[in-house]
Amino acid sequence: MHELSIATSILETVEKESAKRPGIHFEKVGLRIGEVAGVDIDSLTFGWECITRDTVWQALELDIERVPRKNRCDDCGHIFEVHDYTELNCPRCNSFPTFNISGDELEIAYLEAEEPEGVET
Amino acid sequence: MSRVVVEKKVLNENQILAEQLRQRYADHDVFCLNLISSPGSGKTSLLERTLERFSRDTCVAVLTGDIQTENDAIRLARFGFPVKQITTGGTCHLDARMIEKHLADWPLETLDILLVENVGNLVCPSSYDLGEHAKIVVLSVTEGEDKPLKYPSIFFKSELAIINKIDLLPYVPFDIAKARENIQKVHPGCEILELSCTSGQGLDAWMRWLELRREKAVGATSRP
Repeated sequence: MHELSIATSILETVEKESAKRPGIHFEKVGLRIGEVAGVDIDSLTFGWECITRDTVWQALELDIERVPRKNRCDDCGHIFEVHDYTELNCPRCNSFPTFNISGDELEIAYLEAEEPEGVET
Repeated sequence: MSRVVVEKKVLNENQILAEQLRQRYADHDVFCLNLISSPGSGKTSLLERTLERFSRDTCVAVLTGDIQTENDAIRLARFGFPVKQITTGGTCHLDARMIEKHLADWPLETLDILLVENVGNLVCPSSYDLGEHAKIVVLSVTEGEDKPLKYPSIFFKSELAIINKIDLLPYVPFDIAKARENIQKVHPGCEILELSCTSGQGLDAWMRWLELRREKAVGATSRP
């Protein structure tokens, strides 16, 4: 239910970044969202549509990369994806516990813009 | 096509405010905890039992969050400590700005401990840093023992998991060993306390945890 606040935070960042670059029209915002970040993508997309509708950001697309939950085994150093909490032993050396290293991300990775015509890069 | 690398946390603004709060707590030796649970797990009861055990030598302040009503603040105010209700008006979590705003007229140098009772919700509050020293998740035995698996984020981020209402264990099919195992699966090494706010069982251990954690956070020095 906090997805609308998250959408608003994303838009605030976009507005700030955009203000620094007058004349550039952003078309896509890249997000990195972990599988266990507690964010529902459908709600986020819905919230995003609601707050950008009939604004200059209406066409700004969200490009969402889901980051898998990964654990690391401190005994053998193996890093593996966790799909289920019944599979937390290290698949290589069977050690337990193993420790979470990713999957909680909630980040804005990039903004993408079409080059304005006639501008050399 | 050109790409601007942003690489910022979505909740960057909240994070900045949370770091400022953390610094202010450090400057004034204030120990801050953020209590999170589903509605009805007993956060307010735990705060009542906690406040009644503190002598007036320690200044314990409480910020209690709910979507509506001042009920919790009224319940907690009778212990004589500073208590303020944060009514979010619909928002499902507390954020650092709300904490900053509600702390504005409390001089931090007069506080020793700040207990923040988040809005009852196991999902959203886990995303918002409030500048606290530790998050505590409260689970009660009338809920399912698989809650840590269903809501891993908050169990992963909490230093301590409290299993509340253990006086009801004879009447409910709650497998406490399984609950402990599930907490450890999601967060290996997470500290766990079992207690009952009704019978008082386990509350001494909770008060000891609180004191030791506070010493770790702000040092054992008491205010002159």
